[in-house]
Amino acid sequence: MTALLDIRDLRLSFRLWSGTVEVLHGISLSIARGERVALVGESGSGKSVTARIVLGLIQELRGARVSGQVSLDGQDLARVSPKARHALRGTDMSMIFQDPTSSLNPVFPILTQFREVLARATPGISLDSARDRATSALHEVAIYEADRVLASYPFQLSGGMNQRVMIAMALANRPKLLIADEPGTALDVTVQAQTLDLMRALVASHGTAVLFISHNLGVVREFADRTYVIYRGRIVEHGPTAAVFGNPRHAYTRALMAAQPRLTGGPLPEITERDPAFDAPAEVHS
Amino acid sequence: MILSLKDLGKTYASGPHAVQALAGLTLDVAQGDCLAVVGESGSGKSTLANLILGLFPATTGEMIFDGAPLPARRTLAHRRAIQLVQQNPASALNPRRSIGASVRLPLDVHGIGVAAKRDEAVTRLLADVGLDPAMAARAPSALSGGQRQRVAIARALACGPRLVVLDEPTSALDVLVQAQVLRLLHDLRLRLGLTYLFITHDLAVVRAIATRVAVFHKGRLIEEGATEAVFAAPSTPYTRSLIAAVPVITEEEKAMRDTLARGAS
Repeated sequence: MTALLDIRDLRLSFRLWSGTVEVLHGISLSIARGERVALVGESGSGKSVTARIVLGLIQELRGARVSGQVSLDGQDLARVSPKARHALRGTDMSMIFQDPTSSLNPVFPILTQFREVLARATPGISLDSARDRATSALHEVAIYEADRVLASYPFQLSGGMNQRVMIAMALANRPKLLIADEPGTALDVTVQAQTLDLMRALVASHGTAVLFISHNLGVVREFADRTYVIYRGRIVEHGPTAAVFGNPRHAYTRALMAAQPRLTGGPLPEITERDPAFDAPAEVHS
Repeated sequence: MILSLKDLGKTYASGPHAVQALAGLTLDVAQGDCLAVVGESGSGKSTLANLILGLFPATTGEMIFDGAPLPARRTLAHRRAIQLVQQNPASALNPRRSIGASVRLPLDVHGIGVAAKRDEAVTRLLADVGLDPAMAARAPSALSGGQRQRVAIARALACGPRLVVLDEPTSALDVLVQAQVLRLLHDLRLRLGLTYLFITHDLAVVRAIATRVAVFHKGRLIEEGATEAVFAAPSTPYTRSLIAAVPVITEEEKAMRDTLARGAS
């Protein structure tokens, strides 16, 4: 079985005035069709840049040096032209961001923005058919008053509603891969739980693969089939989510789990932020 | 009781609309407690913090601090006794001032100790929060997020407060750093006999650090009690649904959450 997304030995460095900064030191990660895979790590670990490389956004920055292989559906993304890569965004792959309200444009109503998304796959789509397709896409995310929502500006809707609009837009063109960067982090817990349930049901029914980026271990455990733990630009542990959480083997993964406060209580652990053991080779669960 | 709130309310007037952010709040905070104030956005928890800090006046009710009513215009002694630690340490510290100078400022403002000994006090405060006093000359930009939050805590403790209002003090931090800061806050409370009003939306953090919990929903206090008791048997469906929505990492937590969720439906 070939992977939908296959990342091999991905390296990234930035050239700055003060020298070169290595950000990713050889990341390998694969996602099968329809599979939900989480990349979990702390700030600065390289999880968000990995997602942006898959989208082809980092490659456009001056001073960024990317090496290694990223292929989507058997197509090596380094070998396609920037124009062809641009054509993949919003069609074969799409992304949802952490803060839904700021990723929607405040000066256009939802319908205008939805039409723009649909036009990525269907250039020149008419306003009427855009409205029809947007309405059915909103139905899928349990928004039944589509007329009101489509006529609204983002600031007239709640954060949870905007997040559902973003999910509907991201899935409207039936992408093969959805990249979700900390979705729902900016939302209240009850809304976040509902949003994740909805997203999980929807990607399952469409067979969409997801690269789920998060720092929240609990959210990852509930959403992902497989989990990769990233620390300082290296994958330190990966495997089926149940195995990684049930039997963490790498010192860093164990520290992360120990540091997470438990709903069932228990004393606050003594935690070190840095430990040479965190740089140990990766642990792989089969 | 170090703090008693009686029928406290706050209404924000904005044009023709009035928003009641907090209504009819009666709540006692005992000396030495860590009271977690829990709720979703719009529940009134930040309004409560601002009222206690005296940043704006209450619309109704009164606050009794240490046996005497808190006036709308706070005296220097009140400001000294009630201190704040904010959510984002990056914006809470003056970027142009060394961290030593930031921690020293409240000592100068409140005239604590003799001027010549204040640098020694800064050294002790930085050591108390687990920072190397040699870092005093550094700017906040040279520190990590966790170190900056430690500085903000040292600054809040500089003038010997009785009550510390902590507004989401760890939600901007990574999980390893959060664990360290929670532990530090816990140790400081016990060692210095502090009282905390700990505002948060994270129930797992509440479980780890709070002695009592107050749950707010739409501007009203709907449940208050000892942490153990509230988690073992929440008395309102809203609290149950709040606990049931927490993403968890162990089977044990999942079982507990599922039991509560069944009780909610």
